[in-house]
Amino acid sequence: MSSPAQWTLTETRDRLASREVSSREVVESVLSAIERRNRELNAYVSVNAEAALEEARAADERRARGEFSPLLGVPIGVKDNIAVRGEPCTCASRILQGYRSPYDSTVAARLRAAGAILLGRLNLDEFAMGSSTETSVYGPVRNPWSAEHVAGGSSGGSAAAVAADLAIAALGSDTGGSIRQPASFCGCVGFKPTYGRVSRYGLVAYASSLDQIGPLTKSVRDAALLLDVIAGRDPRDSTTLDVPGLAAEAALMRVGAADLRGLRIGVPAEYFVAGLDPEVERLTRAALRRATELGAQAVEIRLPHTRYAVAAYYLIATAEASANLARYDGVRYGLRVAADGILDMYGRTRAAGFGLEVKRRIILGTHALSAGYYDQYYLRAQKVRTLIRADFAAAFERCDVIAGPVAPTPAFRLGEHLDDPLKMYLSDVYTVPVNLAGICALSVPVGRTAAGLPVGLQLIGPAMGEPTLLRAALGFERERERPS
Amino acid sequence: MSWTAAIGLEVHVQLRTASKMFCGCPTSFGAPPNTQVCPVCLGLPGAMPVMNLEAIRLTVMTGLLLGCRIATRSRFDRKNYFYPDMPKNYQISQYDQPLCLGGALDIGPAGARRSIRLRRIHLEEDVAKSLHYGNSSGIDFNRAGTPLMEIVTEPDLRTPEEAHEFLTELQRVLEYGRISECNLEEGNIRCDVNVSVRRGEDGALGTKTELKNLNTFRGVHRALAAEIRRQIAVLESGGRIVQETRRWNDAAGVTEPMRTKEEEHDYRYFPEPDLMPIELSAEQIEVWRAELPELPAARRVRFVAQYSLPEYDAGVLTADRGVADFFEATVRICGRPKSVSNWVMTEVLRFLSERGATIGHLPLTPAALAELITAVEEGRVSALAGKEVLADLLERGGSPEDVIRAKGLAQVSDDAAIAEWAAQAIAQHPGPAAEYRAGKAAALQFLIGQVMKLSRGRANPKLAAAELRKRLDAG
Repeated sequence: MSSPAQWTLTETRDRLASREVSSREVVESVLSAIERRNRELNAYVSVNAEAALEEARAADERRARGEFSPLLGVPIGVKDNIAVRGEPCTCASRILQGYRSPYDSTVAARLRAAGAILLGRLNLDEFAMGSSTETSVYGPVRNPWSAEHVAGGSSGGSAAAVAADLAIAALGSDTGGSIRQPASFCGCVGFKPTYGRVSRYGLVAYASSLDQIGPLTKSVRDAALLLDVIAGRDPRDSTTLDVPGLAAEAALMRVGAADLRGLRIGVPAEYFVAGLDPEVERLTRAALRRATELGAQAVEIRLPHTRYAVAAYYLIATAEASANLARYDGVRYGLRVAADGILDMYGRTRAAGFGLEVKRRIILGTHALSAGYYDQYYLRAQKVRTLIRADFAAAFERCDVIAGPVAPTPAFRLGEHLDDPLKMYLSDVYTVPVNLAGICALSVPVGRTAAGLPVGLQLIGPAMGEPTLLRAALGFERERERPS
Repeated sequence: MSWTAAIGLEVHVQLRTASKMFCGCPTSFGAPPNTQVCPVCLGLPGAMPVMNLEAIRLTVMTGLLLGCRIATRSRFDRKNYFYPDMPKNYQISQYDQPLCLGGALDIGPAGARRSIRLRRIHLEEDVAKSLHYGNSSGIDFNRAGTPLMEIVTEPDLRTPEEAHEFLTELQRVLEYGRISECNLEEGNIRCDVNVSVRRGEDGALGTKTELKNLNTFRGVHRALAAEIRRQIAVLESGGRIVQETRRWNDAAGVTEPMRTKEEEHDYRYFPEPDLMPIELSAEQIEVWRAELPELPAARRVRFVAQYSLPEYDAGVLTADRGVADFFEATVRICGRPKSVSNWVMTEVLRFLSERGATIGHLPLTPAALAELITAVEEGRVSALAGKEVLADLLERGGSPEDVIRAKGLAQVSDDAAIAEWAAQAIAQHPGPAAEYRAGKAAALQFLIGQVMKLSRGRANPKLAAAELRKRLDAG
């Protein structure tokens, strides 16, 4: 029998429910996997082993008493920008070293209520700003399939941990592709829900109008299960949507759920252009061909404003970030560099506390909002955003889901894009339009390159289109491959 | 041509809500530092604001009271600047889509009322409070996130006196609408002003300066007077006014430069992405409109018409909503509005001002006052004794009949007793008695007073007068 750490979330849940395994055994298995491989992968930045084992013991007792909750005793990893009471929440930044959150994010509270054990904090790009997890103060996450390659970002720790069986499942956050792109690079499922589907309360804000928490899992069913637990209206987040619960996993269990017959798959011409890696294109087209062979119908669609998406995204996201990150000033928590006056203290603290990429984005966003530039940058970007939303609305008149690559390339080498921020930004071209439009999308593994690096297929659904999207993904899902 | 000033006000009003603007923390004043805080009002990483609907209702009510247009769609924006008292280093405020637009408030004496136009009313969150000790500072975040309404006027005010009157009248409206506690000591109302001067009444406004640190209405008056004098002096000596923000130094009685226009913050406003736009239906606004209280000015006019009160009485009674409510409640029971007005304006208001109390906290009820006034009017107790009863009721409450009985203050109309007091008064004061007999009718009033004194206010004054007259005329 494989070790519990290798199991999927639904598998783990079912085996715990049938008492085939104890929560303690599952947690121990995950802890020993972390012990074996985390030094190399750098996926977790902190693990609370003692507390996790204690919670596992309590979970086993609860189960012995006949209690049932959907994730009772299942360990889950959480990206280090999502608040968990009593745990560090550093956002992989020097400026938040030593800070522990005194409160639970809504997703953490929902996971706890479902019985889950939040056993560790997962690495990320500093404040989720990056596409490679190389801007982390803890150093980069390594791709489980190749130590010279990045895991993607910003949820690189979450994706690597799930792909390398260092976690049963994990939470990440996606502002411009930060769940989907690392999922594609590492070979796991990554789901970015519709904006407002999952509460952002307790997610350290990078770009508030784009951020969304979502699952990174070993299977499509796992993503559905985790989504069922974390989604729903939250009175603490006014931007959450008041819609009925998902019951997404149950929907996937129905007979014929994975049947692709009749599904209209939109294929945007703008997603297959120069710059797209030939192997990524080949794997993406092969997956689409397979789908049509299984009865899906490919529909050519246009998303004409795609070419403006990266520019609009980097104006809106950095503008919001410039305000969101203003609170890290050394006054109340986190790093403080002593100085004579308050302004000097602000300056020294932020100079020492933020990394280069974070500073770059704060400056860019501050400039975009400045008097005399607001209309030209921020306002114009918002107009582009409206056009992109309209592009998708028109496309979904003609198809049920849209399919295309997640990123133009498979995982790139560590350091390859680090000195070229623009190149790094451009690699977000296929993921940022989804965040700008506020719709849902996922990455599901569809194969590997000749060098053995995973490639994911991006499926995009309309707002509230999670059920359709998950069913389509189930149809595309292949047997899981593991890095050795 | 003489100089004219143009003054505009930005009045910040803390709203009367139980909880803060974007979280559930209480707003009560005076708690130990940092005990009324949570992740939201401390601006902890990941915390998010949620709108306080009562604060929105109170702001709309204010807008309706002041004749503003209520926006059916408005929104919050982030105002960015670094300030240790501001937990997020941005303030959630309203920039270009405030809740209320336009409106006006009238000031000035009857017959010469002047309308002061409002530009807008918006809602924002208050900041924390810094406390400075020797070489360190502390921050109390209890106040951070308290709902703050900002009322901005057009530069329609001409003198420091008008500014003071505007603020006093505004305070009255806010009290009437139960919008704010209006406690100036607790900083419930704070004010920034801008002022410019020009020759004559017409033409373009002069360059304005903005004054900060004005904690009292008197401070506003003094600062404006000093700043207007300064600006005129600069201009008359051939200088130019620089557009700048100045700080009022209350101790020195002068305004001092704080920062020039070039040094002003670029607040980089943008829409608050954590909150949805505020959408108010016309129906909702009408429901709130129906809940509006009658304002002092309208009530004053109605009091004159409905109760036939003099202008003066109506003005005094309606100055405070509680007093006006008390007056009307009493009149509803016993009628006799002019008598009620006299008793309230003299005895009740004097008691309140001596004790610094508000009418809502008195043990005296309108029913008790109505009963007492009826007893006086019907001659069951004299006016003098009535005052003694009222003094007791103001202190301890209870029923007038009980107090009258306990103190033996029931009016005496018994002929024998009155005859005895009359005889005694004449005997003790032969002088006035002789004067009366000599034809000086006014001397009788003195003797009636003596009878009242001897009877401890109980004698029926009409019977006492008759008895005195009978005895004096007889011999």
